[in-house]
Amino acid sequence: MLYLTRKAEFSASHYYHNPDFTPEENRRIFGKCNNPNGHGHNYTLEVTVKGEVDPRSGFVVDLKQLKEVMHREVLDGMDHRFLNKEVPEFLHKIPTTENIAIAVWQRLDSKLKHAKLHRVRVYETPDLFVDFYGEA
Amino acid sequence: MKAHLSRRYLFSASHRLHSEAMSEKENQSTYGKCNNPYGHGHNYVVEVTVSGPVDDKTGMVCNLTDLDTFIEKEVVSRYGHENLNTMKEFTKEVPTTENLCIQIYEIVHRGFHFAHLERVRLEETMMNSFEYAG
Repeated sequence: MLYLTRKAEFSASHYYHNPDFTPEENRRIFGKCNNPNGHGHNYTLEVTVKGEVDPRSGFVVDLKQLKEVMHREVLDGMDHRFLNKEVPEFLHKIPTTENIAIAVWQRLDSKLKHAKLHRVRVYETPDLFVDFYGEA
Repeated sequence: MKAHLSRRYLFSASHRLHSEAMSEKENQSTYGKCNNPYGHGHNYVVEVTVSGPVDDKTGMVCNLTDLDTFIEKEVVSRYGHENLNTMKEFTKEVPTTENLCIQIYEIVHRGFHFAHLERVRLEETMMNSFEYAG
């Protein structure tokens, strides 16, 4: 088994708000992230796939295809977007780094050929990141 | 769904690697420059990984403020700008980054209960790092 990781970057804005909470609860729990006008990050996405090395190509997965899938399924819809307002998953779900990692996993999982998705890592900043392994 | 959240923190501290169980000569051959009696320092980066189900109401594994407050109080301000050899946990143990990593793991494991501690990773320099998962 061999693991291969491909990185990508996207920039997007978001804010944290739960309509079931009172305004005070939203402010207390989410702090500055509750500003309804949003704020932004340069996200770094790391997608790790695993598989056996194909004896003919020497590849686990064709990197060009992986890159295309990542762009088509994730970056085209999230880069330079206001996540809460423009990305379907986050119309009713808070776009935390945790939920972004889960959404990326769900978008990619069924679209990969040959290799199997192992981990989605999303960096919100260089000092904060979330890993999702598809665990229930 | 279960996710892993990692957060990195920075602190600077000094230490000297020297074992009472070894002779002077042995200390020098084992620890080299790190055995300098006056000590030396590092900018340590501690990476804490916690895990748990993503809360439906908040979208979070745990509130980052809780983690930041805990690590700042119990780890960063404890070790930041200290000489590790003068601290009680290193009166008997050599303050290698291995032992410091274990100490930090134990502090977080004992005191932080908002999410499950997966591991502590400690970078001594950009070139070396240590991980402890209990």
